[in-house]
Amino acid sequence: MLTNQEIADDLLSQFGDKIAGFEEHHEIMSVFTTVETAKPMIEYLYKHPTFQFQYLTDLAGIHYPDNKGGELSVVYHVHSWTNNHRLMVRIFVPIDAPDVPTLVDVYKSANWMEREAYDFFGINFVGHPNLIRILNIEEMDYFPMRKEYPLEDATRQDKIDALFGR
Amino acid sequence: MPFSADNVQRQMSEDITTQNTLTQRNQTAVMGPQVGNLALKDGVPIVSEDGRELTTLNLGPTHPSTHGIFQNILTMDGEKIVSGVPTIGYIHRAFEKIAERRPLYQITTLTDRMNYCSSPINNMGWHMTVEKLLGIEVPKRAQYIRVIMMELARIADHLICNSILGVDSGAFTGFLYVMQKREEIYEIYEEMCGARLTTNMGRFGGMERDLSKEAIRKIREFIQSFPPVMQEFEKMLNRNRIFIDRTVGVGPVSQEMALQYGFSGPNLRAAGIDYDVRVMNPYSSYQDFEFDIPVGYTGDTYDRFMVRNGEIWESFKIIKQAIENLPEGPFHADAPEFYLPPKQEVYRNMEALIYHFKIVMGEIPIPVGEVYHAVEGGNGELGFHLISDGGRSPYRLKMRRPCFIFYQAYPEMCKGVTLSDAIIIMSSMNVIAGELDA
Repeated sequence: MLTNQEIADDLLSQFGDKIAGFEEHHEIMSVFTTVETAKPMIEYLYKHPTFQFQYLTDLAGIHYPDNKGGELSVVYHVHSWTNNHRLMVRIFVPIDAPDVPTLVDVYKSANWMEREAYDFFGINFVGHPNLIRILNIEEMDYFPMRKEYPLEDATRQDKIDALFGR
Repeated sequence: MPFSADNVQRQMSEDITTQNTLTQRNQTAVMGPQVGNLALKDGVPIVSEDGRELTTLNLGPTHPSTHGIFQNILTMDGEKIVSGVPTIGYIHRAFEKIAERRPLYQITTLTDRMNYCSSPINNMGWHMTVEKLLGIEVPKRAQYIRVIMMELARIADHLICNSILGVDSGAFTGFLYVMQKREEIYEIYEEMCGARLTTNMGRFGGMERDLSKEAIRKIREFIQSFPPVMQEFEKMLNRNRIFIDRTVGVGPVSQEMALQYGFSGPNLRAAGIDYDVRVMNPYSSYQDFEFDIPVGYTGDTYDRFMVRNGEIWESFKIIKQAIENLPEGPFHADAPEFYLPPKQEVYRNMEALIYHFKIVMGEIPIPVGEVYHAVEGGNGELGFHLISDGGRSPYRLKMRRPCFIFYQAYPEMCKGVTLSDAIIIMSSMNVIAGELDA
C-alpha cells in the first residue's frame, strides 16, 4: 500500500528545492511546485516503476486574485490504478504571463482539459496542438471564470456577509 | 465474467463495408465528381491520397441520431469518414461559475442537469462530497437507500443507452419494451422525491424521506418483473445476426488508448480494464454488497453494449441485496445544523425554525478546506473537487465529467468507418450532452 509519505520522500530526493510544499486534504496529497518542474515531475511520476501515475483524472484552473505573482493556479489530478492512489500537483502562474507547458504528449486526455482551462481562465498551454475555446463562443474576449466577473449584481444588499456575522 | 465474442464472424462486417465502397465508386462514376459539398481548402478541393475529391458533411448540431446537441464537421471520402472535428458547448450553462454564487444545497439542482439519464447518482455524489467536507456521518439505512436509488439510476441509464443503440441499428422494438421498465424506475423516483427527471433527491446527511411502504412495494415489484423483460431484450439483440454484424469490430478501443484518453466507466471496462470507483474507493457502503465487474475484450461497440448489459444485471443484484438487508434506523444523520428539518417541526419548534432559516439562507458553518470525491456515475468516474474558503458558496467547484473527457477520443474512433457506423459508435459511448457541456 503506497503512502503519501513515500511519494513525498521520493519526490523530495528527486526534485529537492523545486518543491514548495505539501498539503493533505482528505487523504489526497497535493504537491506544490514551480511551473518548470510540473511537467518533468508528472512525467517522472508516470514512468516511475512503482508509482505509475498513468491516468490523468482531472485538470482544473483556479483563480486566486490575492496571490500576487501567482494569481492563476493549475491543479493536475493524477491517479495510479496499480496502487489505487491519487495525487495532485499544483502550480501557480502570474496572470500577465500565464504560460504553462502542455501535457498533451504525456496524456492525450489533457487536450480538452487544457482547452477548458484556457477557455475559462486564460491559461496559455505552451505547445498545445489546438488551443482554442471549447465551451464558450469563439468571439468571447474575456475569461469568464476569473473572479473579477461577478455572477450577480454586486449592489445586492441581502447577501452582505457582515449582516450575518461573518 | 468476460464476454466471448469469438464465435462471431467479424469477417462479415468487413464484407459489407467493401461492398459499400464498391457501390459508392459506381455512383461517383455515374454522377460525376460533383456529388455533395466539396471540401475546400483555400478554394481548392481537398483530395485524398489516391486522387479522389473529398466532401464535407455537417453532422449536427441538431440531428436526430446524435441524441443531443453535438456538431461534427466530417471530411468524407464517399461514405467513409476521413477526419472529424467535434464542436461542443451548445448547451453549456456555466455550472461551475453559477456554483460559486450559490449555497451548497442549491448546487444539487445543478448536478441533476449534468447526466440527466441518471440524476440521482449526480445528486448523491454531490451530497457525499459535501458530507465529507462537513464531516457528517450518514447512518447505514440512508446509505443503503442511496445505493438502491443509485443502482436504479444506473439501470435506467444503461437501459436508455443500450436500447437506443438498438434503435440506431434499426431495431425499435427493444427500446419500446424496456422503456416500460424505465418508467417504473421513474415512478420509484417519484415516490422518493416527487420528481422524475431532475430529481434533487436526498439531502446533506441522508435522505429527505424514508422509503415509504409504497416505494418498497414498487421496488419489490420491479425486482419481480424486471428479469423477464431484460432477458427478452437480451435475447433480441445479443445474438442477433444483424446487430452483431453492425457492432462487432466497430470503433474498437485498445487498453492503451482508453488509458491515454481518460476513459472511465463502462467504456473503459469494455476495453478490458476493470476500474470501477465502487470497488476501488467504496463509498456509501458498497463494500457490503456482492457484485462483479463485467469487462470486455476489444472495446468495440458490441463489447460496450455487453458490458452495459452485464452491469444492469449486477446493479439488479445489488438492489436485491440492499432491499433484503435494509438496516433499521434513522434515514438521515443527526446533524441539525446541516439537515433541513421537517416542515411541521419548523412551525412548532423554535430550534427547527432557526436551523431552517439558517440553512435556507445558506448560513451553515462550512469549514475552510477542500475535498475531492468521486462516484461511479452512469458513464464513469464522476468527481467533485470542492474548494471552500469558509464562505457560503464554494470558492471553486470543479466537476469531473466523464463524458467531457472521453468524448475527445471520438474523432480517432471514427477514422475510416462509414457514417452509419459513426452514429452507432457515438450511441454506444453514451455521450450525454448535459454532462459533456455542464
